[in-house]
Amino acid sequence: MSDKGSIDIDYVANLARIELTDEERERFSSQLGGILEYFDQLNQVDVSGVEPMAHAFQVENVLRDDAAVEGFDPETAVKHAAAKRNNMVQVPKVVEG
Amino acid sequence: MADDLHFKTLTELQSLLSSGDMSSVELTQALINRKEAVDPQVQAFNSLNTEGALAEAEAADQRRAAGEIKGPLDGIPIGLKDVISVKDRPLTCSSKMLEDFVSPYDATSTAKLKHAGAVLFGRLNMDEFAMGSSTENSAFKTTFNPWDLERVAGGSSGGSAAAVSAGSVPVSLGSDTGGSIRQPASFCGVVGMKPTYGRVSRFGLVAYASSLDQIGPFGRSVKDVASVLQAIAGHDPKDSTSIEQDVPDYSAAVASSKGPWKLGVPKEYFGEGLDPEVKESVQKAIDWYADQGCEIQEVSMPNMNLAVATYYIIATAEASSNLARFDGVRYTHRSKEIENAIDLYFKSRAEGFGDEVKLRIILGTYVLSSGYYDAYYLRAQKVRTLIRQDFMKAYEQVDALLTPTSPFVSFKAGEKNEDPLAMYLSDIYTISANLAGIPGLSLPCGLNSEGLPIGLQILGKPFGEADLLAIGNAYEEAHDHSNQHPKL
Repeated sequence: MSDKGSIDIDYVANLARIELTDEERERFSSQLGGILEYFDQLNQVDVSGVEPMAHAFQVENVLRDDAAVEGFDPETAVKHAAAKRNNMVQVPKVVEG
Repeated sequence: MADDLHFKTLTELQSLLSSGDMSSVELTQALINRKEAVDPQVQAFNSLNTEGALAEAEAADQRRAAGEIKGPLDGIPIGLKDVISVKDRPLTCSSKMLEDFVSPYDATSTAKLKHAGAVLFGRLNMDEFAMGSSTENSAFKTTFNPWDLERVAGGSSGGSAAAVSAGSVPVSLGSDTGGSIRQPASFCGVVGMKPTYGRVSRFGLVAYASSLDQIGPFGRSVKDVASVLQAIAGHDPKDSTSIEQDVPDYSAAVASSKGPWKLGVPKEYFGEGLDPEVKESVQKAIDWYADQGCEIQEVSMPNMNLAVATYYIIATAEASSNLARFDGVRYTHRSKEIENAIDLYFKSRAEGFGDEVKLRIILGTYVLSSGYYDAYYLRAQKVRTLIRQDFMKAYEQVDALLTPTSPFVSFKAGEKNEDPLAMYLSDIYTISANLAGIPGLSLPCGLNSEGLPIGLQILGKPFGEADLLAIGNAYEEAHDHSNQHPKL
């Protein structure tokens, strides 16, 4: 955490795919600065030799039978898409040419 | 009778249904009337399908007449936080992103409630995508505290707590990721429980932080909460993190187990920042347990002060990944201002998400980003291990821990929403339980000098819900707190 308390908001918002207004950029930067400074207390803890924990109760290899189950019909699956055609979701052109 | 139905417990309503003194339709109609009378002020509900609820109540009455009762919840109205799917009903997560969304399937909890014959009574307001501690982050409205309408209901399950407190519904479901059931239960003077991680299926619960989220019940008594937990608990093949372990008979455990218990008091929960009146009230509850012959032991949770920082790294990291699905493409809000495919993501997410959600996604993206992962996310996961070890060590000595649920009573609307960190610190006593995966119960333990509810939190061993409920019930039966209601 070498540059604690600062965050390149444009870079991170771009990764998160969220467009920010100038006002949001300024407000979030200041709020995040305070939060990151608060996070700094974790640096005071000796965690050497401590295993990281992702889940309270580690469950591994949860498998089910490889059997077909009923899913949605196409109409249901695309019902809420803002744009659709022939039971497919429509989006702006992704690949040029 | 209809006028005094609204503060009855589930147990009382069940006996009125069994004796034939009241039908489910009468009860449901009385609650619809109550909701219409008080909800314009409280604003706990996002939606209520009155026709659907009355039809389900009618079906329950017919089952009862035919002697085909499905169980203790048959014909009982229950409210659902607007983050739990109900087939063919709206599911908004109190977000513009899902304003027009209708669920195509039932959450497992919903399916279990339907199976038990419950009447699904409305969708309850929340902080957007369960991110918040006051329900002020809802994109639609703030839910107010029935005890003082200038104050917040708590959050994120503020609607679920306030609806029970206000008498609009006897029991409800919420979700708890860092205290989102227990803190609003405490603020609104009702009982709320976060079960052990894996005890209740998360299938059909819109994910915020998958390793922390858990669905749980609200009610007016510990017994009511036990009944609802009974209906929703258990392994689910559709949730690979739900645990295959038998579900005990919670109501039987509550009835039979009377202690005495060995109870721990973690000294770190009584330090700086704790409101003196909350401290006094919780201390009185601890003294009561001691008077009943319980052995009270001071324990130490040395890493407790790190829980809020650890939580906000892990939860936001998971959220940044989970909320990537709200992309404007398949089922969410889509911006009309788009010129190309990339615009679609940026603008739909800018328009669809509120401030706190944007802030948390950005924070979570940052702590996972290249160069910062080890310093933040990995380190937080290691501190999470230390926090869990603190609990497991304490549970070698005691059966459960007694703490305040929140360091203070409900605060005024607008008081903390400019400062996210101040808001985050209101979860300081609840948040560790989610990191450790253990169950927690909040129940009323008195009112402060301004007449606002105070909550006692009981934290238990993994899968120790039956003990927690029994410990809570013993206190509740000896006190009158759960019979106190707001004057609306």
